[in-house]
Formats: sequence, structure tokens, C-alpha cells
Amino acid sequence: MSNNFITVDGIQVPLEGEKNLLEVIRKSGIELPTFCYHSNLSVYGACRMCICEVEGRGLLPTCSTPPEPGMSIKVNTEKTIKIRKTALELLLSVHNGNCQTCTMSTNCRLQELAENLGVDGFRFPNTKPVVPVDESSFSLVRDPNKCILCGDCVRMCKEIQGIGVLDFVGRGSTVRVAPAFNKDLMDVECVYCGQCSTCCPTGALTVKSDVQNVFDAIHDPSKTVIVHVAPAVRASVGEAFGEENSEMALNKAIAAMRRIGFDKVYDTCFTADLTTVEEATEFLTRVEKGGVLPQFTSCCPAWVKFCEQFYPEFIPNLSTCKSPMGMFGALARNYLPKELGVENKDLVVVTVMPCTAKKFEVNRPEMTTDGFKDNDYVLTTQELVKMIKMTGVNFKALAPESCDMPFGFKSGAGVIYGTTGGVAEAVLRMATHAGSPDAATKSVEFKEVRGFEGVKELVLPYKDTFVKLAVVNGLANTRALLEKIKSGEADYNIVEVMSCPGGCVGGAGQLLPNDMDTRFKRMKEIYNNDSSQVVHNAEDNPYIKELYANYLGEVNGHMAHKLLHTTYDKREKLTGKVCK
Amino acid sequence: MTQTNDGKCGCCCGIDLTRVKEIISECGTKENCLIPILQKVQDEYRYLPEEAMALIAEKLGISPATVFGVATFYAQFSLDPKGKYIIKVCNGTACHVRGNKTIIDAIRNRIGLEAQSGTTSDMMYTLETVSCLGACSLAPAVIINDKVYGTMNPTKMVAAIDELE
Repeated sequence: MSNNFITVDGIQVPLEGEKNLLEVIRKSGIELPTFCYHSNLSVYGACRMCICEVEGRGLLPTCSTPPEPGMSIKVNTEKTIKIRKTALELLLSVHNGNCQTCTMSTNCRLQELAENLGVDGFRFPNTKPVVPVDESSFSLVRDPNKCILCGDCVRMCKEIQGIGVLDFVGRGSTVRVAPAFNKDLMDVECVYCGQCSTCCPTGALTVKSDVQNVFDAIHDPSKTVIVHVAPAVRASVGEAFGEENSEMALNKAIAAMRRIGFDKVYDTCFTADLTTVEEATEFLTRVEKGGVLPQFTSCCPAWVKFCEQFYPEFIPNLSTCKSPMGMFGALARNYLPKELGVENKDLVVVTVMPCTAKKFEVNRPEMTTDGFKDNDYVLTTQELVKMIKMTGVNFKALAPESCDMPFGFKSGAGVIYGTTGGVAEAVLRMATHAGSPDAATKSVEFKEVRGFEGVKELVLPYKDTFVKLAVVNGLANTRALLEKIKSGEADYNIVEVMSCPGGCVGGAGQLLPNDMDTRFKRMKEIYNNDSSQVVHNAEDNPYIKELYANYLGEVNGHMAHKLLHTTYDKREKLTGKVCK
Repeated sequence: MTQTNDGKCGCCCGIDLTRVKEIISECGTKENCLIPILQKVQDEYRYLPEEAMALIAEKLGISPATVFGVATFYAQFSLDPKGKYIIKVCNGTACHVRGNKTIIDAIRNRIGLEAQSGTTSDMMYTLETVSCLGACSLAPAVIINDKVYGTMNPTKMVAAIDELE
């Protein structure tokens, strides 16, 4: 036997390229607790939960200790258990632990570890002065009183999203995490992707709730409240109720939403199909007529704000198409009032999204019709589950129901919008299927654009030339790609950008835990869902055809432009505000 | 941040950022130039204006939050404008025992400062207490800008300040 192993509590564990002792210990079957360790972020070593005794070297934080063959580790000794517990008790002394009323209750890592480590009281009183909670943004709530300074949000924003909205301020006992110059999130360069909240182990960074606003609308008898559900939501909502199949989860969620009191339930995948048709046509027109290329997708509101703010020179490259949510809102305000026999003033448009930045998007001034917001409220998947729980609706026992028509029918191409590569694949399907007799039902998969790799590329023959496509997820990856495009090192015709690692399946509105493994499962479920659909090509969605024939007219035509396309504004880098 | 052609910050503060730009081009735009730049900007403006930190962040390609983090980490940096004369009274053990309190009171009285520390409204003086200056044999010790004043008493202290003007 080779000597390439480490002894963990007397058991020999082979080394297989692990970067630190923590990974080796976890592989050996002990779920050593951590707050500040995330495998996709840099090692910080602050929380001291992973301290173990290493023979000959004493107590070491295992997350930041590289493994060496022959090491012998003791994980649970009298000393290490005491240290972990004391460290946690000290964290509790700087944490405003009002668990009963905290949004994160039952999802809180601090709560979980306090229980796991047997903390049964508050040994050290909390003497920290209470500071104001930042509720300035549409998307996120930042409560510094709950922050335990693990720095996960700081590293997530800096390393994965390439922005660095948050950092440590001050030092010693008064250190805290805050945006530049102690400003509110609304007044800095935050793009509201919310990835910080997906790794926050406490309730210091949470999704801003619109649950009460939506209940108020539902309980107002004069209002007709409609809701549409985004592609990625179906891959996550079932997690709260043990329902793994995304189509079944969606259909039960539809039934649940009707029980909660929504008047109509539609599918945002329908307008994802509409987006595919408009955006693919826009792209081919740009190619034919020598328009600005590469064309960037514009579905992701955090990416759009990122571009307006940090790369305004690429604004002409952004597709003018609204996002599927934006298109739905415009149709809801222009088409549905007549269809439903209701005036816009009495129509409340709600949407369920995997995303926190969508809460910002609906408040953009462009996204209005006759003075009404196209979409009134965005609920995240988390908030939908909250509403189901608040109303006591028994999700598991519900019989599945289907969406209302005509905006309830989707192709598989609409469903795959929920994951990175999905928009690109939907466009590719349409571009390559056109004219093929079995195009509608034949499933063509573009494996090259699937998966979680930061940048994926594909070159496709087009007429007598080629179309070069790139798919990027995560904003740090996006920044690197944009720099390459600027320098001429990379050259594409069309680029799909999703801000969140993994795309919308990993949006900050999705249920917790929202780690990369969970996102990967959701992605697989999105592709399974696509396979189960009858139609796989957006253009062949019969209701899309009908909508163009009876209402919109030409693709990219006058009516389509009025309702489905939008404009962008340069923003100040520092404040994120639109430049005057 | 928008800037007008004369180099002034486009917002209401009207701070001339020309020197900040010069300092950045002298020091370079690598990330490890941040602290020298902050030091020189502080020397120039007697504090770190927010607009200057934002400009430094942009030129160095780091986030404003990171610059703010560094600026708030080190005690040598000030985010508030300081007076022309910065009076640092040593609060180490030796100086404390030998009566630095009477020195502080004499200074406050002379410069017209009600608070225990801070800057006078005419922006002439900033009073600070600092941990040990390392001049215990000269206790009680005071530093005004870069000059050390040893074995102070209230009378000598007031005379020293009078001499500044």
C-alpha cells in the first residue's frame, strides 16, 4: 500500500488531490462544521469551527491546512469540541438572535450548528450596539446585527461576481461588513443578483419579501390577481415538499397558487418562447444587415445592470428584447385586460421568479404601460413556499393542475431558459430547425452549451460562413470574457450571459441550500423537463404562432417592438444610478 | 462618478481631484500601490475625501468598498477633514501618570474645542490622543504635525501653540 494517506481518528484515508485537511476529513465521513468555508471561494479561515488536533503540530484550522501524507488527525477530542463550542458561543454573543421572527429560521447555519454542537444557553451577553437594517433596495435586506463576519458574502461578490460591493470596514472589535462609504445597497454598484444571500450562514443578507403586498392584493376584492411562473422555479419549489419531478412540482404549485387565491396562473416559459423568436430574429437581422455584433442576451436583469454600469460601450450589443418576465408583463397589460374583461387599474400582475434582481427589473421605468407597472410584484421561489406554508395549503396532497391558457403552453425550449446555456440552445434550435418538417416535435440537443463550465463555446456553420457562440455564467467570468472581446482576443457573434453560477437554477430567490451540487441537480431536472414536453422549438409553440397571427403581427414588427423590446441607459459606476 | 473638465468632481462637493490623479500616475495603478497612494492623498488633502477614494478605486481596478476597507483599517487614515495643525497628545502610561489630562485641557481651552478630541470649526487645529509615542522619557509628550514637544506643562503647551501662529 502506498503511503499517500492521512489518519483521521485512527482510520486511514487516502489522499486524492484534496486541497485541504477539511476535505479529507469530510471524505472520511465526518461532517466537520464550517461557516466560512465554501469550496468555490478562497479559503478565509475565520470561523475556527474546523479546528482539529494534528499530531506533532497541535491545533490547526483544517480548511487552511494542506494535507501531507502521514499526518494523523484527531477530529473530536475534549479540547477541539470545547474550542468549537466556545467559538460558536462567542459568535452568538455578536448575533442578534431573534430566531422566531427571522426569515432564515430553519435555514440558518448558525442556528443549525448551535443545536448540533449542543449550545444550550447564551454564555456571553450581546453588548453590540444595534445598528439600522438596510432595506433600501428592492431585492435584498442587509441586517448587520445578524452578521457573524464570516466574509462569505464579501468573497462571493468579489471572486465569483467580480464586483466587490461589500467589504470589511474598520478593525478589531468594531469591524463590520458594509458597502463602500457605509452607503445603502440602493446607492452603490450592487446588481442585486443576491448571490451573497445564498452563502450567508445567518439572516444578515436575505431576500426582500413582497409576500404581504401580494396577500394585500389577493384580499382586495376589486383586484384580479394573476401570476406567472418562471422556468427555473419548477426545478426548486418541490424541494420544500419532497417533490423531485419539476413538472409535477409546477403542477402542484399551480394548484397551490389557485388555493392561495390567485385568479389566473400562467407560465413565463410561454414568453420565454416569445423571447426566443424575437431574439433569434433580431440576431439573424443583425447578421444579415451588418448590425452590432456580438449580440448579448438581455434576459438577466443583474447582467443588464452590470453592462449598463461597468461596460456601457457594450449597450448597443445588448439584445433589445425584454426578458421573458418583461414580455409577459407587457402582454398582461396590453392583451389580457380585454381577454379577462378587467381594467388595468384592477389587474395585479405577480410573477414567481428564481431571482432577486427581477425585483429591481420590475421597477425600471421602461417596464410600464400607461403608467402601470407591467409586473407589479416579484415573488421568489422562497416567498412562494412561504405563502404556501402561511396558508396551510397541503402541497403534497394537492392534485396537479395545469396553467391557464393561452399563456400557459410552452415548448421545452422555454423551460431550458432556467439554466445556463438554455437561451443559447433555444435560439440554436430555432435557427437550425427552421424549415425542417419534424422540427416541432424532434428534440435536438446542443450538448456543447450545457453544463456549468464558466465559458462554453460553439461554432456553427451558417450559410457560407460560421456563427460563433459563447455562453457565460457568473459575472467574474463575464467580466473576463468582455475584456477578451474588447482586446480582440475573443470574437463571437452571439453571447448568452447569466449572472448567477449555473444560471437561473442558482438564482438567489431559489430555496436554500442553494449550493452548486443542488444547482446541478436542478439543471438536470430542467433538461428532463424539456424532454417530457411535446414541443421543443419555441417557434412551433402553437399559441405563439396564434399570438403573432391574431395580435402581434410580424416578428420584430411594429407591435412587437412596442411591447416586447426595450432600451438601456448608461449608469454611474459608483452609484448604479442612471447617468443624466 | 462624473467629472467636469477642470478636474473637479461633478457632484456638489467641488473637490479638485487633479492632485489625486497626479499622485496615482506617480505611484502606479497596481493593487499594491493603494496604501502609498492613500498616504499621499491624505498628506495633500489632510484626509481621504470619498470622491478621491472612488477615483483611486476606479484607476486601480478595485472596488470602492475595498479602498474604503483599507482606509478604515489603518488608524493613520482619516475620513474627516483635519485641521492645519494636528496635535497628538500621548496617552501612554508615563504621559498619563505625569498629567497629560492637564495638557489636553489647556489645549482645548487655547484652541476653543469643547469635545475631548476633534477639529476646530475654523479647520486650524485637530486634537487627538494617541497610544504611546515611544518618548516616555519626555513625558508628557505631544506631537504637533511632525515636531515633538517633550516634558510639557500647560503653560509651555499654550506657548508652543502660540508660536505656531
